[in-house]
Amino acid sequence: MAELLFWPAFLAYGEAAFAYAGDARRPGSMGRLATWGVRIGWLVQTALLVAQAAGANGFPWDTWAGSLNLFVWLVVGAYLIWGCKPRFRLLGLVVMPLAALLLAVSYVAGGVGGSGRSGYSTLFLVAHVGLVLAGFAGLTLAAALAALYLWQERELKRRSSTVLRFRAPSLVTLESLFGRTVAYSLPVLTLGMAVGFARLRHDSQLDPLIVLTVLTWAVYGGFLLLRFGAGWHGRRAAYTTLAGFALVVAMQLSLHMGHFA
Amino acid sequence: MSLVLVGTSHRLSPVEVRERVALDLEGSAALARRMAGGGEAVCLSTCNRTELYLVDADPDAAEARASGVLLGDEVELYRMTDEAAALHLFRVAAGLDSLVPGEGEILGQVRDAYEAGAHGPVLDRLFREALRVGKKVRTETAINESPASVSSAAAALAQQVFGDLAGCRVLLVGAGEVSELAARALTARGATISAVTSRTEANARRLAEAFDARAVPFDRLGEELERADVVVSSTASPEPVLSRDEVPDRKGRPLFVIDLAVPRDVDPAVARLDDCYLYDIDDLQAVVRESLSGRRREAERAEAIVEREAERFRDWQASLQVVPAIASLRARAESIRSGELAKAEGRLEGLSESERRTVESLTTQIVNKLLHVPIVRLKQAAATEGTGYVEVARDLFGLPDDDAGQSRKPRK
Repeated sequence: MAELLFWPAFLAYGEAAFAYAGDARRPGSMGRLATWGVRIGWLVQTALLVAQAAGANGFPWDTWAGSLNLFVWLVVGAYLIWGCKPRFRLLGLVVMPLAALLLAVSYVAGGVGGSGRSGYSTLFLVAHVGLVLAGFAGLTLAAALAALYLWQERELKRRSSTVLRFRAPSLVTLESLFGRTVAYSLPVLTLGMAVGFARLRHDSQLDPLIVLTVLTWAVYGGFLLLRFGAGWHGRRAAYTTLAGFALVVAMQLSLHMGHFA
Repeated sequence: MSLVLVGTSHRLSPVEVRERVALDLEGSAALARRMAGGGEAVCLSTCNRTELYLVDADPDAAEARASGVLLGDEVELYRMTDEAAALHLFRVAAGLDSLVPGEGEILGQVRDAYEAGAHGPVLDRLFREALRVGKKVRTETAINESPASVSSAAAALAQQVFGDLAGCRVLLVGAGEVSELAARALTARGATISAVTSRTEANARRLAEAFDARAVPFDRLGEELERADVVVSSTASPEPVLSRDEVPDRKGRPLFVIDLAVPRDVDPAVARLDDCYLYDIDDLQAVVRESLSGRRREAERAEAIVEREAERFRDWQASLQVVPAIASLRARAESIRSGELAKAEGRLEGLSESERRTVESLTTQIVNKLLHVPIVRLKQAAATEGTGYVEVARDLFGLPDDDAGQSRKPRK
């Protein structure tokens, strides 16, 4: 059942990605198609996750591929908070291709099927994996906003005559949003990490994923410290957000294997 | 009844001709009432057009009356009827017939004309549809979203930097007409003119008063720069008045500098400073050119919307033509039904009240079901093939021809 739901979710996300590309070239009805693609895809993926949870014996997303599936759902869910507004459609052009790609990777790697068995309790996994992935989803969105900020800033600096064509949010709005998104996401990540550390087994070793997570936390923690302490804004802040996101990508794509084994 | 449009616009007549037939709103209302004569008439008169919309059973006579009022012998006029007239009004309301495609003012002017006119069922529907189409075009396309002048481009770019301009402080350097135009565009979008500086202090004071701002001496430009979010510079100085060194560190706060002067007032090196965005007159003109070409691209999409809506109006208008025939058909069927029931009255005497109601209901249902398909076909055929089917129906069912004047095929 769960695997059957993958295809409509994937197709809806894919449709949204293509429609956002079309909307960027020529704003109009394609934007609305994209928005509906995101909404429908997210609802279908929600059903997919519910089906997985109903059919699983324990926490169904304790594998790398499974967590990727949950991560995509969280990213798109966070995007849906304001991403459907016309001014934020360019953000969809960054988020939805990534969502479609990661969902496909998750499917190929078996993330939409049954779960592996973990030695950890379901409650712990829900709290730890859920919170850490929610934090990462927020940071992913912050990175997309920072990328959009840098693109917009470059267009304004270049005095491009087409700068008004794309109906993007203003520079100040983007700058404030990616800063706030990091500020909201980091406490969630911190809580998830704290839950993980609290249950770290005595015989466990610090695996590379834990080290990288702590490093990511330090980068974003430094970002917030500099932002609120030393008034870091603008381009430097956007580049720092993207640097932190590079670590999130590294974790999601390569270092998750075996973490819950 | 036919819809008739007679008028002239900037496409046909120069301003010295248009001004001869131009009317204010009161004049338009009076003319509409006079032309309607108990029927329907709306007069739309703006600086770019004067148009009369009439509904009349005799379109040729209506055209002649409207041409007479609009000095048809001296002024070049266009004349349209039915679907073409509806399409024209929809294009006007959408801003597709305006000098700047998609401009917004025309929609309000169409609404005013409609409200001041003498409208009945046809013009009421036509103008309400035109207002809806005008809004739809502006919602579904980006035709009115881009600026059409240098000052509005400057304001739109400031919005692209700051978003909401409410609370944005603007410093005007130079107090000429160009600065004033830019200031008006910025304040229209919510910005506040905080200070005006000029080498001629009297000019600075005059402009500052107009915007409820402070006039500051020219040598205090540096101090004012620290407080400003937007700087509009338009002096006649042959040398730059603002150098890179004079711009204070913005500490992450953007500064948008609009240099409207020729020769330029602002050192181009200012653009290289962090958080500073500098646009000169050439940059702004390039934005306007791009924006107008964008409006023209969007106009193609708007034309498609407008044409679809004009077709829908044509279908509605065509359905009006068959209403009398359908009414006659229903009346004839009902008279046959009730007549036959009356004839059978003697044989139905033994029926109870409930059985009588059943017979009534049964015969009504039979008649309705028999008529349903012919009526639907008549409506469909009226929309696609004119009223030829109506004539056939009249002939087949022996319907009276007393409303033949209303069942004419719409003129295109």
